[in-house]
Amino acid sequence: MTDYNFAYLDEATKRMLRRAILKAVAIPGYQVPFSSREMPMPYGWGTGGVQVTAACLVPEDTLKVIDQGADDTTNAVSIRNFFARVARVTTTEATAEASVIQTRHRIPERPLTDGQILVFQVPIPEPLRFLEPRETETRTMHALEDYGLMQVRLYEDIARHGEIARAYAYPVRVEGRYIMDPSPIPKFDNPKLDRSPALHLFGAGREGRIYALPPHTRVESLDFEDYPFTASKAAGQRCAICGAEDSYLDEVITDDAGGRMFVCSDTDYCATRVAAQAEDAA
Amino acid sequence: MTPLLKVEGLGKFYGRHLGCADISFTLWPGEVMGIVGESGSGKSTLLNCLAGHMPPDTGRVMFDTRDQGLRDTLEMSEPERRWLARTDWAFVHQNPRDGLRMNVSAGGNVGDRLMAVGARHYGDIRRQASDWLGRVEIDAGRIDERPRAFSGGMQQRLQIARNLVTGPRLVFMDEPTGGLDVSVQARLLDLLRGLVRHFGLSAVIVTHDLAVVRLLADRLMVMKDGHVVEEGLTDQVLDDPQDAYTQLLVSSVLQV
Amino acid sequence: MSISCKMKGGGMIEISGVGKRFVLHNQGGVVLPVMEGAALSVRPGECVALVGASGAGKSTLMRMIWGNYRCDQGSIRVAGVELCGAEPRDVIALRRNRLGYVSQFLRVIPRVPTLRVVAEPLRAQGLAEADALARARALLARLNIPQRLWSLSPTTFSGGEQQRVNIARGFILDWPVMLLDEPTASLDSANRAVVLDLIAEAKARGAAILGIFHDADARAAVCDREVDVTGFTPARDLSA
Repeated sequence: MTDYNFAYLDEATKRMLRRAILKAVAIPGYQVPFSSREMPMPYGWGTGGVQVTAACLVPEDTLKVIDQGADDTTNAVSIRNFFARVARVTTTEATAEASVIQTRHRIPERPLTDGQILVFQVPIPEPLRFLEPRETETRTMHALEDYGLMQVRLYEDIARHGEIARAYAYPVRVEGRYIMDPSPIPKFDNPKLDRSPALHLFGAGREGRIYALPPHTRVESLDFEDYPFTASKAAGQRCAICGAEDSYLDEVITDDAGGRMFVCSDTDYCATRVAAQAEDAA
Repeated sequence: MTPLLKVEGLGKFYGRHLGCADISFTLWPGEVMGIVGESGSGKSTLLNCLAGHMPPDTGRVMFDTRDQGLRDTLEMSEPERRWLARTDWAFVHQNPRDGLRMNVSAGGNVGDRLMAVGARHYGDIRRQASDWLGRVEIDAGRIDERPRAFSGGMQQRLQIARNLVTGPRLVFMDEPTGGLDVSVQARLLDLLRGLVRHFGLSAVIVTHDLAVVRLLADRLMVMKDGHVVEEGLTDQVLDDPQDAYTQLLVSSVLQV
Repeated sequence: MSISCKMKGGGMIEISGVGKRFVLHNQGGVVLPVMEGAALSVRPGECVALVGASGAGKSTLMRMIWGNYRCDQGSIRVAGVELCGAEPRDVIALRRNRLGYVSQFLRVIPRVPTLRVVAEPLRAQGLAEADALARARALLARLNIPQRLWSLSPTTFSGGEQQRVNIARGFILDWPVMLLDEPTASLDSANRAVVLDLIAEAKARGAAILGIFHDADARAAVCDREVDVTGFTPARDLSA
């Protein structure tokens, strides 16, 4: 470690980030402002997540990076390579082996365990943004727990579509207090947040906000008594590769004649199942 | 009987410029008070100070809260004041766009306050919204339309429904009939009068239209240059004005 | 309606030493004294007519009793309530429950149907809408307002029709005290008879009535005595 600082960021910046993270952990669901740095990637590619990961990493860590559940997509591969180079940490594709997982748009299917850290890339941290454009006002609303407006949005969904139509970035209430945007994960993943033993950290680089769910935090998805939340996914489908019925599926178009298949979006989960099936067969 | 609102020595300055000063009055349950005066007389400043939209520099605004009786609203915490504004108080803006959520359906607009105070049953919220649209003479079939699709008069009636759905006891109105056609104004006045009577509402109505206060207000306060120059029973102030400015104001109204 | 009669002198309307002047601030502060030392009393079941030349102050005195003219001096007690210096809410309560007024002019919100205009005083007292409307229908029928007009606003009616709507509104409640300002003006003989009957019935049930009647026959038919307001007119400074 002579040419560059460990994990790219200078120590003062990491210190600032860690202070923000500690505050975020202390106030679950509260958006803590931080001074976002220029990173060697464009906004929207995970600058927030990368900064949070950089602040969390220690040389003993094992890092996994996924994008839409997959370890082999461009964004995931780039970020994994980035940290392999600037922090020289071990990388892995296995959820169970990772101590830090940076993710975009998914939570791994395999239940996370005590001691693991899941870092989310967040495009828009403010769940009330599209209801109330003024940042001063949304902050006041959070401070005063003035959340009727969020419910109005869900009301509008039911009035227009007959159900709460949000399929991703489905708003949650943290420990009965703050309303939080869980980042654009499918609502299928929302229940995984509730009382998870892992630490969840959310980083929004463009807007300079960090928020967190400490382990075992109560996380409820917003709903109506007569229109309860459901964690839905493609109904009646199973993974064409591993046959899983309980995982979140991607629809893959296979030809230009309307052919399609559904496969697990979590590549590690799928591969692990396929390996186990091969073992059983053998 | 406890007064609903008791205002003592209220004053507001914009730097060195006077907004309003020395305003004191007592509003009793079921009373409708009009505040008239020309532009810049301080009537809107006063209304905004009363409704907690801006802090006055002097004075007290005591409101008869449901659980603790008369309390100075200026000494309440912001959450308490906002709670009051969502439950016991209502504010009808002159421009319905200021009082409505224009990108939310009519039903959502009415349900907003219900949800803000904790309603979480979609069916109940919708039933109440539909009921209130009926009360303000909006076809319940338009519950899912956005206010943008409504005429000015309908928007104003929707704003009133949205405000009254939580059963407030005190309604502040800022020129509620301003900007509406005369025929639409009449319909709105009739509606307001009916609602005020039916629910025993108290109201403070700011307007420059003397015909509006004659039909709606029990009492009248006349303001000029930030001060109250005359107050009393509405028809007494209008028919037998004592102050020079009130005499001028009353005699300036065009007769039709 | 039972009224406690603990009032001074036993009158439902008790006026003494009443004076009034207008100060016209926008016309050089001209002071117009219009009344001085006015005194009268009206007992329950009595109908008293105010008489005097035009401009002598009949309407001014009526308005002071109704409360829309301020009383500068003296005492006006109506059903036991002192009106000089009264709080607005006392006057409002008096008008809602005790004091009825048939004015010469109908002042209503333009689009409100006649039936509801007439029923309003009952609604203000809290009577159920159906009952209030039933009584309004009966009274409108008695005053010969054609049924087809009931659902229309009276603002478009003829003078005589408006006057009868006004009377219906004034008589819908059994007020203990009533003020009548030219109730029979612009009415044909049939309707005039109906109005005189209504007045007679109000007297019979014990209402104290003070009125202005230019129609001498009507006055003779219902009034027990007359009070000439000329005596209350201040001496004018003729040199002005």
